[in-house]
Amino acid sequence: MIEVRNLVKRFGLKTILKGLEFDAQPGEFIGLLGPNGAGKTTFLRILSSLSRPNMGLVKVAGYRLPQQAAQVRRKLGVLSHQPLLYGDLTADENLRYYGKMYSVENFAAREAEVLALVDLSKRKDDLVRTFSRGMQQRLSIARAVLHDPDILLLDEPYTGLDQDASEMLDGVLKQIAAQGRTVVMTSHDLARSAELGTRFDVLSRGKIISSASRDEIPQDGLLGFYRKALLIAAAEKNNAKEAANG
Amino acid sequence: MAELTNKPAKAQTSTWKAIWAVVWKDLAAEWRSRELFTAMVIFAALVILIFNFALDLNPKIQRDVTAGILWVTFTFAGTLGLNRSMAVEKDRGCLDGLLLAPVDRSAIYFGKVIANLIFMFAVEIVMIPLYSILYNVNLFQPGLLLVIFLGSVGYIVVGTLLSTMTVQTRTRDVLLPILLFPIVLPVIISAVRASTYFLQGQPMDLIMPNINMLIAYDVIFTALAYMVFDYIVEE
Repeated sequence: MIEVRNLVKRFGLKTILKGLEFDAQPGEFIGLLGPNGAGKTTFLRILSSLSRPNMGLVKVAGYRLPQQAAQVRRKLGVLSHQPLLYGDLTADENLRYYGKMYSVENFAAREAEVLALVDLSKRKDDLVRTFSRGMQQRLSIARAVLHDPDILLLDEPYTGLDQDASEMLDGVLKQIAAQGRTVVMTSHDLARSAELGTRFDVLSRGKIISSASRDEIPQDGLLGFYRKALLIAAAEKNNAKEAANG
Repeated sequence: MAELTNKPAKAQTSTWKAIWAVVWKDLAAEWRSRELFTAMVIFAALVILIFNFALDLNPKIQRDVTAGILWVTFTFAGTLGLNRSMAVEKDRGCLDGLLLAPVDRSAIYFGKVIANLIFMFAVEIVMIPLYSILYNVNLFQPGLLLVIFLGSVGYIVVGTLLSTMTVQTRTRDVLLPILLFPIVLPVIISAVRASTYFLQGQPMDLIMPNINMLIAYDVIFTALAYMVFDYIVEE
């Protein structure tokens, strides 16, 4: 579903992604973990065709990026910490707009369904700017799944959500994952990642440094796996530095 | 929790449909807030009033400089509108939402151009009668209205492209006019000259080169913007 080989991304003189390798199969829910500045958001922006790679192969749903970006975008749903919604439009108008952009047929039925999914049916005629942060994020989920995407890219979707909104998002994501979609989620919330993910990749300094399926996660849990991966990466970097210094 | 059972059919989104969706969205949001139109109209009216009181001109001189004042007003009000129009997209990450749509990105550009043009024309429709009354000149001449149309198109075509670039920066409010005015200088000069000649009742031989210049500018920069927009919006 997603195939990435030797991906390099630079911003000016700074190299953010350094030969990243990544695979995702249909139905997998991948928790992409890593410290701040590791390149997680940059990676998701490349997968969603918002950013061009400098080097490497990126294939999403069988289409190459950036050459076949429009075909890739049709297969993608993107949810980030920003809602991607217009405050001066109602929930209905926002969804109607995205429905037009994605040519969603039988729109009324689909809209009713996604609004019911996020429990916003009664607020569909209210302006988005009157919504709380949690409600905006719920509407953003409805927006992201409106066109029935095969792949969902989630960039820190829990940022700014209260407990209730987070639990609702949990429920929605579980349901979406159970429908066989491929999901890639970055999050600093390891407990939530552990609950939802079927595989976990640790991204550090522009590379995937460790990867494990849910069954391969050791006894001390995801936090232990994550810390160990970062420690090994740091030790390897020190060794390489010492070797270089002679 | 409700379940997703309905699988929507997936059809290709035509470029026209996408352009219309962007225009509809911009008009609907503006109809709700009226922020852009109100700000542009008030600003343009203030500029006209300030010039009217600052330059206490006799009728002969007034006829010669009136086109310049008119285009300064449209240019400044237009910059305000362009900045605001793209700032709305940047807020809440909406620009990313636009760019994630599975459509040719030129459709997004042309949608924004048409919406910005509608706002610009709406301001001009309000300002032209006001200007005619305050400066005692008849601006309702078909030739002059054609010049205003062509000049506005050239200005918005380039302005929309540049505002897409500058909206990504922290100093977008300052940066847009700094980048835009030098590039649209040929449009402003041609539009001011053509407008002045129309108001002075000069022969068409004198006017036509300026109108041709406006048409050429509009065509060239529309084609250029179509070609580069995709690269400008990507990181």
